[in-house]
Amino acid sequence: MKGMDRRPWTALSILALLGIWAAAAAIAASPTLPGPLAVGEALVAEAANGKLFYHLGLTLWRVAASFALAMSIGVALGILMGRFRTADDILGPWLVLTLNVPALVVVVLAYVWLGLTEAAAIAAVAVNKIPNVVVQVRSGARSLDEGLMDMARAYRLSRYDTLRHVVLPQLAPYMMAAARNGLALIWKIVLLVELLGRSNGVGFQIHMFFQLFDIARLLAYTFAFVAVAQLLELALLAPVERHAARWRTARP
Amino acid sequence: MPPWNDMPPAGAPPVLDLRIAGKTYPGASGQPVTVVRDLAFTVGPRESVALVGPSGCGKTTSLNIVAGLDSRFDGSLSFPALGGREPHIACVFQEPRLLPWRTLEQNLELVLPKPRRGTGIAAHWLAHMGLAEAAQRFPTQVSLGMQRRAALARAFAVEPDLLLLDEPFVSLDGPLARRLRRLLLDTLAERPCAALLVTHDLREAIELADRILILSPSPTRVVAEVTVPGRREDRTERDVEAFRQDLVSRPEPVFRLIA
Repeated sequence: MKGMDRRPWTALSILALLGIWAAAAAIAASPTLPGPLAVGEALVAEAANGKLFYHLGLTLWRVAASFALAMSIGVALGILMGRFRTADDILGPWLVLTLNVPALVVVVLAYVWLGLTEAAAIAAVAVNKIPNVVVQVRSGARSLDEGLMDMARAYRLSRYDTLRHVVLPQLAPYMMAAARNGLALIWKIVLLVELLGRSNGVGFQIHMFFQLFDIARLLAYTFAFVAVAQLLELALLAPVERHAARWRTARP
Repeated sequence: MPPWNDMPPAGAPPVLDLRIAGKTYPGASGQPVTVVRDLAFTVGPRESVALVGPSGCGKTTSLNIVAGLDSRFDGSLSFPALGGREPHIACVFQEPRLLPWRTLEQNLELVLPKPRRGTGIAAHWLAHMGLAEAAQRFPTQVSLGMQRRAALARAFAVEPDLLLLDEPFVSLDGPLARRLRRLLLDTLAERPCAALLVTHDLREAIELADRILILSPSPTRVVAEVTVPGRREDRTERDVEAFRQDLVSRPEPVFRLIA
């Protein structure tokens, strides 16, 4: 079956899902289970009045900000803990603690201590994600090629050059894994912080439609959200990963 | 005869002056194990010195100390000929140790100080080693022999005061290793510098060095010193083999260490 075009199967699978959904909606005939058409109409209406893009945009910005914050702090701490035994000993217990505190608790505490602010929302999401990044990057930093590190030291490479050209390329697969898991996690926690303490964003909208029992719009926002997440994966993460791995795939 | 083949004036300060009073490692039982004791030698300007000894005798440990990779030892490390300036040290390791995610040219550029990057120095040295065509390739795309030549090019690109070679041609087949040794000698004749070579191969030491220091098993110290006659680049394979025979048939027991 190699070399055969697999796309028909994917298309068929999506069609089947829509078919099952439409059939279920027709049988249930209830506003709590709107069919694909009703959801499509709701999506178009929300897009037309601009609300969809406003809320999606705000959610996207919160995802981007907390992702950037979590990745930069997580990578720095991960390298520190992977390379220096003392740092690992000191920060280790904190890591275990933060890994096991439920996301909800962090979000609630951030709002209580920092107020219902944008900064609190983003900090809460980042704090939830940082421990995962640290764990991934630390395991990468522990398995750095010591031969290359010796080379860097013997040739008196600057700290910056060592980090940029010797350390980070070796950590790239670990950082990609962290970014990928991270994005999936951050999307979900962002909805949570929006639900609990913001007055806009996809999470806020979903919460509102839940209270209004407007399931068509709730699903419309959900699908828009899933589509954007998938687009980000295809348009951003995949090309970055290909670029980072081009030396692996280069052929003579 | 080009001027740099003259021996430097006697009494000129050495490039490297290494005195290791003691170097210990934490042993398995918690008791420190001394691997090097009272090892002292110098390397003069343009001189090539080989450290030869049984494996595990602390040769690489000594080389790491000179390279600045290990500063935990009793003793002193100085570079008297440089007048207090930071030495430019180049290393050729047992493996090429090129960054696999950078092209050969980028690998060379990286070890150059900032102002000298992008000035064609990397391309020059790659071309010198016959790698002009491969400059934009990644290390995994070229043969092991070419990776070794790139590692040599990288070493010369930093204009070293001292070149450190740690069994640089180990794991290569005989003819290829011989060609690379020849390339190294030719390059050293054109662009002379002090060199310190570690090897367990006596033939390689005779081919590349002016002076051979024979080391004892751990704790390492110098047990014999041999001057190899003639100029390095003039030695034929037959000269090398004849001198090797001469060394291993000497009556002193130390020469049995390297036979």
